[in-house]
Amino acid sequence: MSKNKSDYLINRKDNQYEVVIGLEVHAQVTSESKLFSASSTKFGAEPNTQVSLVDAAFPGMLPVINEFCVKQAIKTGIGLNAKINNRSVFDRKNYFYADLPQGYQISQFKDPIVGEGKVILDMPDGQKEVGIERLHLEQDAGKSIHDLDPQNTFVDLNRSGVALMEIVSKPDLRSPDEVSAYIKKLRSIMRYLGTCDGNMQEGSLRADVNVSVRAKGSKEFGTRCEIKNVNSIKFMQMAIEYEANRQVDLIEEGKSIDQETRLFDTKKNETRSMRSKEDAHDYRYFPDPDLLPLEVSNEFINQLKTDIPELPDDKKKRFIEEFKLSPYEANILVSDIDTGKYFEEVVAKMGKNKDIKLAVNWITGELFAVLNNKNLEISQSPISAKNLAILVNLIKNGTISGKIAKTVFELMMDGDKDPQKIVEEKGLKQQSDPKALEALIDKIINDNRDKAIEYKQGKEKLFGFFVGQAMKVSGGKANPQLINEILKKKLQ
Amino acid sequence: MSDITKQSLSELVKNIKDKKLSSEEVTKAFINRSEKSKELNAYITEDYSSALEKAKKFDQKPNLELKLPGIPMAVKDLFCTDSIRTTAGSKILNNFVPTYESTVTQNIWNEGAILLGKLNCDEFAMGSSNETSFFGNVQNPIDKNLVPGGSSGGSASAVAGQLTPITIGTDTGGSIRQPASFTGTVGLKPTYGSCSRYGIVAFASSLDQAGPMAQNVKDCALLQEVISTYDPKDSTSIDFKRNEYSKELSKNIKGKKIGIPKEYRVDGMPQEIEELWQKGIQYAKDCGAEIVDISLPHTSYALPTYYIVAPAEASSNLARYDGVKYGFRAKGENLTDMYEKTRSEGFGAEVQRRIMIGTYVLSSGYYDAYYLKAQKVRKLIKNDFDEAYKKVDAILTPSTPSSAFKIGEKKDDPVSMYLNDIFTVPVNLAGLPGISIPAGHDAKGYPLGLQIIGKAFDEQNILNIAYAMEEKINFKNKITDWWIK
Repeated sequence: MSKNKSDYLINRKDNQYEVVIGLEVHAQVTSESKLFSASSTKFGAEPNTQVSLVDAAFPGMLPVINEFCVKQAIKTGIGLNAKINNRSVFDRKNYFYADLPQGYQISQFKDPIVGEGKVILDMPDGQKEVGIERLHLEQDAGKSIHDLDPQNTFVDLNRSGVALMEIVSKPDLRSPDEVSAYIKKLRSIMRYLGTCDGNMQEGSLRADVNVSVRAKGSKEFGTRCEIKNVNSIKFMQMAIEYEANRQVDLIEEGKSIDQETRLFDTKKNETRSMRSKEDAHDYRYFPDPDLLPLEVSNEFINQLKTDIPELPDDKKKRFIEEFKLSPYEANILVSDIDTGKYFEEVVAKMGKNKDIKLAVNWITGELFAVLNNKNLEISQSPISAKNLAILVNLIKNGTISGKIAKTVFELMMDGDKDPQKIVEEKGLKQQSDPKALEALIDKIINDNRDKAIEYKQGKEKLFGFFVGQAMKVSGGKANPQLINEILKKKLQ
Repeated sequence: MSDITKQSLSELVKNIKDKKLSSEEVTKAFINRSEKSKELNAYITEDYSSALEKAKKFDQKPNLELKLPGIPMAVKDLFCTDSIRTTAGSKILNNFVPTYESTVTQNIWNEGAILLGKLNCDEFAMGSSNETSFFGNVQNPIDKNLVPGGSSGGSASAVAGQLTPITIGTDTGGSIRQPASFTGTVGLKPTYGSCSRYGIVAFASSLDQAGPMAQNVKDCALLQEVISTYDPKDSTSIDFKRNEYSKELSKNIKGKKIGIPKEYRVDGMPQEIEELWQKGIQYAKDCGAEIVDISLPHTSYALPTYYIVAPAEASSNLARYDGVKYGFRAKGENLTDMYEKTRSEGFGAEVQRRIMIGTYVLSSGYYDAYYLKAQKVRKLIKNDFDEAYKKVDAILTPSTPSSAFKIGEKKDDPVSMYLNDIFTVPVNLAGLPGISIPAGHDAKGYPLGLQIIGKAFDEQNILNIAYAMEEKINFKNKITDWWIK
């Protein structure tokens, strides 16, 4: 059996274990109003200011489905290459909690709006397909705040009734890295579609992680534990790592694994039992009699299909074909919708005589470094695509060297300045006049006769010394290619 | 005019439109009689002073184009009324004052009617005798210590006792028709989806319907015309063409085919109910209708099906009464303790019984055997009616298997209490319209009702049949005003 680079195995004495992971991702639907009411969904408002009578479950209040959220779910389903169900049913999931005003959550249990689909992950050793089990729409609960008062719990219902998509994967994931790639891919697809902003800090994307382990090569699934509500990729990876090792240790000790729900303690970096299978809630699911089954026609679905933008996988394919990018480069550029947009804008602004490779290097190199440093999204980039295109062209046509370009790039960040102007104002234009450069080199050789002789006698390393001198004397503006050519000629 | 409260709604509307009566005079008359009728315990909340104010205001600038111009009216306390306490007959909502208005009551006020107060009912509309109300029994104006039926017992008592010229109730399994039958009044349960459920305290969402209760069929038709509107705020509201029921009311039912379902001849049914039914058949014939024997084979499963579906939905609908947001809250050691104390002190025995039944039938392991099976049977019951309506235009049955019983008589025997609904629940399960009209008296002189069941959205047809038969029956309610000292 060949060993893949990405094989993630847990080793103990004589045994190797494989980890099996499935995710239930909760993605907040991008929508102005809630799933069953007209209240705003805006993040960060004062507590209990975005609550309607429906959200607070006043007597006699009834839910009315928000068509926009339905469209968003269907679009997401299309993005996941999934089957869209013409008929789906909203059920009530019954349980008592202070931040659940109705005493039940409206969700979809037996008949979700979206059925089976798949997403493709690009892993270092190739592509990996992950099956999607289903996607369903449901309401979010409110928020209980326990730490504002020693005696009381406060409840904020702003989130109550906000639309969520629960995206359930098949147990196809095998490592923390695959989980990371999967979440990033889901987020990327939903951001392309505009159906979820994927903001994990604001809780727009969070996941329940199902983990089990089995002896390498085994076809049977082990007993799984569900780690609830993990809200960052890093924590998911840490939780999986801990949980898989915990389960392997139990097996190695000859103990069995209890099917249970666990919590990940981010401070102690460990999972803890929350409730066992025996204590699992009986949610008494049944179809919500306040809502009719949701029926969507094929025409409705097809209409939405025409609204679907080019998605990451297609864009990647096109980038490789159209711009001759490597799969690796294409992947980086399509992972985020705004990055792809920025890249294409740069390409467009570069005009006819363009160097796409060079543009990619500048985007993924210098620009990404700056964005990372300043913690900015590419949409907030201090340098516009137009000006980056001009900069790349200046390098390409020999106006400035790559080295000078870095200086220009630094200066551009101050108010998105036009690099052409910077070059002119600061006199950074590359010296490409062969006569002037010849004179400059003649002088250097003259001043360093001894070194020139040494070079001619075979000390080839000294070539770099002459290049360095030329650059130094020219203030870095000499065209390095010409310098090379002239030096070679003169030192023969 | 001395006997204002004896007038029907139609007469009052005419007299106000003809300026023979002012809204103030009418409102005063009903307030006076209501105040003298406290022994009936029909009201939970009175709103007399503001009713008088509204009446005076109406008279200053009367809009006589409206369908209910300045007509005072009390409504069942299951309808949420803006700024007026709404209790659903329960301790758990004892202090609850909505900031919103139900669509049905809003429709009524939009047509010029004035709220007199909120009428007693079984707690969360769960009951057939009005004995489960936190606010006590309601007396039937027919006789002392007689139940008015339920759950719209306060409404039935108030109409029969002329405390209000007309009213609205809600009907989940018979809660309009059975009390109408017990009090000698007319009650219509419209097609499911005809009247909006928005702002009505929910009992069983897939069965609940609001409907009119009146002294006669014409009044009933007029009120139905007012309350039935398509409402986007209720996802189960249906957008169909609604008639002007009172204008299109006709006694000509010649050639209408009326079905008599043999399965409604149940074991142990009193002879006088059978006789009433036969009399009804004769009246229908006298009106020119054609009688057709039909079969509704799954009738005997209706009651058990209902007592699975309704409690299941109720157990979930009533989960929101948890002491957290509004209503009654008991003190507890922690959240769970607070829930338990709030709900065991806030809900009465019958409501708790139904929550337990509902929770049980939805539990994992029992869901398929109870809830799912009940839904399948419900479909079969609906199919029975669909089949029958290929042959007939309407169906005639007794409204109840007996006349009104004494207060306390069935209180400790839930099954015998539930049997009261045997003729009415199939109609709710099938989502059809049904009307109960008074059709005679039993040996004790208590009223008995006949039920006419129609096709979905065919309210006009059953109102017409009821209207025609009403004339032939010529029923006179025997109200002695025994409670007025």
